[in-house]
Amino acid sequence: MRELLDPMAASVILANLLLLACSRLQVGVTLAAIQGILLSLAPLALPQAEPNLYLAAFCATALCVKGLIFPWMLSRTLQRVKARREMEPLLGYNLSVLAGIAGLVLAVWLRGQLGLADALALPATAAFMTGITGFLLVIIRRKAITQVIGYLVAENGIFLFGTLVSSHAELWVELSMLLDLFVAIFVMGIAIHNIGQEFASINTDRIESLKD
Amino acid sequence: MVLTALVLIPLAASAAAFLLRANGLRRGLLLAASLAHAALTAASWITPPAPAFHGNLALDPLGQLFLTLISLVFLAAALYGVNYLGGEEAGPRQDFQGQGLFLNAPEARFTACLLLFLASMTLTVLAQNLALVWVGVEATTLASAPLIYFHRHSRSLEAAWKYLMVCSVGIALALIGNILLSAAQPGGASSMLLSELIRSAPAMRQPWLKAAFVFTLVGYGTKMGLAPMHTWLPDAHSEAPSMGSALFSGILLNCAFLGILRVYQVALSAGLASFCQELFLAFGLFSMGLAAVFIVGQGDYKRMLAYSSVEHMGLLVLGLGLGGGAVFGSMLHAVNHSLAKSMLFLLSGNILAVYHSKSTYDVRGVTRALPATGWLWLLGFLAITGTPPFGAFVSEFTILRQAFAAGRFGVAATALVFLALIFIGMSVSVLRMAQGTVPPDAQRRLRPEPALSLISPLVLGLAALALGLVIPETLRQLLQQATAALGS
Repeated sequence: MRELLDPMAASVILANLLLLACSRLQVGVTLAAIQGILLSLAPLALPQAEPNLYLAAFCATALCVKGLIFPWMLSRTLQRVKARREMEPLLGYNLSVLAGIAGLVLAVWLRGQLGLADALALPATAAFMTGITGFLLVIIRRKAITQVIGYLVAENGIFLFGTLVSSHAELWVELSMLLDLFVAIFVMGIAIHNIGQEFASINTDRIESLKD
Repeated sequence: MVLTALVLIPLAASAAAFLLRANGLRRGLLLAASLAHAALTAASWITPPAPAFHGNLALDPLGQLFLTLISLVFLAAALYGVNYLGGEEAGPRQDFQGQGLFLNAPEARFTACLLLFLASMTLTVLAQNLALVWVGVEATTLASAPLIYFHRHSRSLEAAWKYLMVCSVGIALALIGNILLSAAQPGGASSMLLSELIRSAPAMRQPWLKAAFVFTLVGYGTKMGLAPMHTWLPDAHSEAPSMGSALFSGILLNCAFLGILRVYQVALSAGLASFCQELFLAFGLFSMGLAAVFIVGQGDYKRMLAYSSVEHMGLLVLGLGLGGGAVFGSMLHAVNHSLAKSMLFLLSGNILAVYHSKSTYDVRGVTRALPATGWLWLLGFLAITGTPPFGAFVSEFTILRQAFAAGRFGVAATALVFLALIFIGMSVSVLRMAQGTVPPDAQRRLRPEPALSLISPLVLGLAALALGLVIPETLRQLLQQATAALGS
């Protein structure tokens, strides 16, 4: 499994760039899900991993939640609010990809700062870049649902970083975090549904009546 | 046993509230659950409860302090809620900010979320495992977002969405902080238990630990309402129903503060005190300054109270930043702020119910229209601005005295200017509301003030006053122990 770690990390980085370039909401949801599936296998491929039933069950749970349940919940929300199918960027797609590449450079620099083991160099870079991409998506896309996709991608990055640096004795912690995340997506889905009904649009620039 | 029950009772009550049909019964359940929670908390003062789940849940002095605040303020809000929810029964109602009719969310859902909110806050303060603290703080966000969207109109939905997004991103940053902290341990993470972390802190890799502290401060700071991450706070507080706002300001912000304190304990043990304190000072002063700017000329009294919370959260971290005696002041101030601010938010609910306006220009003659609420509102204003003899005066004085004693005259002078500005800004609005003639449409809605909507603010106000006159010995001891845990 170990030789699969670097290809996995490379695919995660590629998924980030595709996410920044893609214009269709459904494609964005799918990309985030594929990324989630790749990441949830990372614990098995780590150099320090000792494959056992507990670890396998953990990965299977993460895979189900990130690869099946989240995309299903988001797709359902998408259908229910009948949103237009585009991302409607605040920052153009080409510029977004450029920003993503800048994020990759930043990620390489950050990884250098922390002095991780060499075997983890590429996965750690991928983790940082995924986090940065997620936060970028929250900021530079206009729809409420793209903010949720961004949030999910950011969590993907944090999840990968967490599995790289923490020990397996603490897996229950990651599981409870997944549970929190699950509820978060659930609540956000309800909120988006309500926003769609109340404003007849899920563009966040329509919701700006509260200010000083 | 006791600790598990503290989390499980509100959790079970939440499930029951969701299923109960009768409004009266459900309100009784809310009150009963908060009474049970308060009774268990009181018992924990007499016999310290045993740790549970291999030490993952335990009650240390800091936890005891914040748990007591949670229990007290929640009980006050629940008592207030019996009458408040009675006035919010189902059926379409007029949006007084001119957007047609709206419905309230089902009361069962609101009550269930309230109790879930109590359970998650309790988990946050009892958790000794920093990852569990994170889970608790995230759960508070999810349980409380539906509270903001109780009045189902576009503004409250906007506020709830902002709250959900801004705090989720903030808490994601705090999660990065958590991971960095676990990775800072030499030889990989062994445990996220606070006691273990404090023990192993001196050997931790310092750059990782510093990064962990910064991420946690920014992450939980978002939830705590420190500027410039406070953007969700005024919206959420002004749009949530008043009893919800009271819980947000009175106790939720404290929970996030405790999250920061936990990591600060680890950083202190690693000898990073001055690094952290400089950050605390910067965030503290910036929050106070920003609050001053927005409070002066603020035309919405619930937003004014919200910005006042930003100010007081700034004061809390400012106290930590000054160190020494100011840390005691900071802990005491957390108590004073909770009492006075939840009192004011509950009163704002009484005012809103009669005047149907959040504008300080439309609400006139409160002391004439609602004598009890009006006078308590004035007293609450004195309490929150730290006027003697209220408790906030003592705590603010303690913090500023340390600033002078440590020779940080610039910090002290800046903080004093901000406090003076805020006092003037709030007094203009509050006095304008208290005086003048009652507008005719409010006159039509006048009824005798129900006692149930006054008892809670009165008790909270009396407590805020009492703390200014004398601090009970048991509380002083607890505050000193909490302060000792923070290295002063």
